[in-house]
Amino acid sequence: MSADYLDGNALAGPLAEIFTTDVSAAVGRCASCGLTGPVASLRVYGPAPGLVARCPGCNEVMLRLVRSPDAAWLDLCGTACLRIPMESAEGNSP
Amino acid sequence: MATFTRGFHGKRRGGDDRLPPGQYLTDDFPVLSAGPTPQILPSEWEFTVETETGQVHRRSWQELMALPSETPTVDIHCVTTWSKLDTTWQGVSLDVLLEDVETAAEYALVHSYGGYTTNLPLEDLLDGKAWIAYRYDGEELHPQHGGPARLLVPHLYFWKSAKWVRGLQLLNEDSPGFWETAGYNNYGDPWREQRYADD
Repeated sequence: MSADYLDGNALAGPLAEIFTTDVSAAVGRCASCGLTGPVASLRVYGPAPGLVARCPGCNEVMLRLVRSPDAAWLDLCGTACLRIPMESAEGNSP
Repeated sequence: MATFTRGFHGKRRGGDDRLPPGQYLTDDFPVLSAGPTPQILPSEWEFTVETETGQVHRRSWQELMALPSETPTVDIHCVTTWSKLDTTWQGVSLDVLLEDVETAAEYALVHSYGGYTTNLPLEDLLDGKAWIAYRYDGEELHPQHGGPARLLVPHLYFWKSAKWVRGLQLLNEDSPGFWETAGYNNYGDPWREQRYADD
């Protein structure tokens, strides 16, 4: 196996086009092996033809992102859950 | 100074008439990858064809080498907009590999070592349009370009020419592959610029 990938920080810019929060700072759970860790620790292949982020534990695909000139396709099938750090919602509580 | 119009030159080598819309020419052979490069020894390699009825046909590397090969020279077109003209390959035509396979399937799902898949109509693999290629430019196919063997389907965008090919699944229903389920076009004809799902 060759180490021809980047770390998950490479996802920060492309995902910032879609999410209002920094998803690379989130913690994700691999749907395949259950490994939980920061998105920044994923192994990212690409960027062309698309970004493919793989679990550092089992190498299964956790995220795919394809960007055309006028659309983005985001596949998170391989991510069971993301814990995304958010601003305190205290002020919005009933 | 004599001047010539394009019309008197015939088919220009490297000319625009061989370049699909939106493509540029390159002399390099860029490597694009969606995962780690599998290191498959020929002694471990096998190619399977599974029909829609579940019949499985297997061929070892040794059996592949014993089949008649061809040396196609073809232009290849990557969806990321590079094209490369007159690439030279050696491989076995899918016509030969599917000769003894009884099927009424209309679609194929190509499987690779490493988990990559891509789909195409079965007819796009037949009639001299596709090969299992194991040599490129006179040398063994390097793993980063899909060695020991890759599919070669040059009339479609190059993501259909699956690297590290390990088999075909013949299907009655179309089943989109790795990039086809993530925004890329289901067919991928470079001359119709079918890059993305909605092209």
